[in-house]
Amino acid sequence: MKSKRIAIYGLLVALAFLLSYIESIIPLPIPIPGIKLGLANLVVVTGLYTMGGKEAFILSIIRIVLVGFTFGNLSTMMFSLAGGFLSWFLMVLLYRTKVLSITGVSIIGGISHNIGQILVAVWVVSNVMLLYYLPFLLVSGAVTGTVIGMLGAVIVKRIRKYDF
Amino acid sequence: MIKKNDVILLGTILLLAAAAIIFINIRKTDGSRVVITIDGEEYKTLDLNKDTTLTIEVAEGAYNTVTVKNGEVDMTEANCPDKLCVKHRKIHYNGETIVCLPHKVVLQIVGGEESEADMIAK
Ligand SMILES: [Zn+2]
Repeated sequence: MKSKRIAIYGLLVALAFLLSYIESIIPLPIPIPGIKLGLANLVVVTGLYTMGGKEAFILSIIRIVLVGFTFGNLSTMMFSLAGGFLSWFLMVLLYRTKVLSITGVSIIGGISHNIGQILVAVWVVSNVMLLYYLPFLLVSGAVTGTVIGMLGAVIVKRIRKYDF
Repeated sequence: MIKKNDVILLGTILLLAAAAIIFINIRKTDGSRVVITIDGEEYKTLDLNKDTTLTIEVAEGAYNTVTVKNGEVDMTEANCPDKLCVKHRKIHYNGETIVCLPHKVVLQIVGGEESEADMIAK
């Protein structure tokens, strides 16, 4: 079991790098400060459904720190952390209630990721008017969340099939 | 893979967002001034009716250039790492902002109808 867990960690961290790279080259339709699409959330969703809440948290931190040092800087890391924490927290909560499937949980993860980031941006520049971007962020979070949830479902199924 | 609840959730979010976007669009009015703030402190207010270009020294070696032209405000230049503020489209509606997060510079349109409410508040 232990080696399977390590293998999943390795696989998902590698995937997080790939997704973060893709994300760094796709520009957002509207340039919103501090905001990224959140594709790497796929890794946290997958971790949550294959291993559990605690492991998803560890993955989330590893991803943010490693990717932050590679593609970003300390200030962008702060945004990712805020988005990452909020998103992880709500996803674990909803995962436990079983009201939603992986797709719904991922949608919640996507929008809360964006809400967390915009809240940090509001705090950094001390300007509440940034919330003006919120509706657009909800749409973008919901759409990426849906795609990630469906992809995640496929990956989770594959990972569960293999016994190490 | 998808439950009924997921669809309801997605539908609700999209509906809420659409309603908010429509609301913002109906309520938008042309502004008359742009307020420039640096790190939360008001720095300068420019009149949208006067074409001008202003370069702000935010800190040592950090600058942003704001251009007011034909009643619209644009961040035309900056040496911040992400350049998101420069990529942002021009703004002129009340409440619209352009933000340079690395330099903590915010351009916000004010005036028009909002200003009356401000006056009463004061
Ligand atoms: Zn900038």
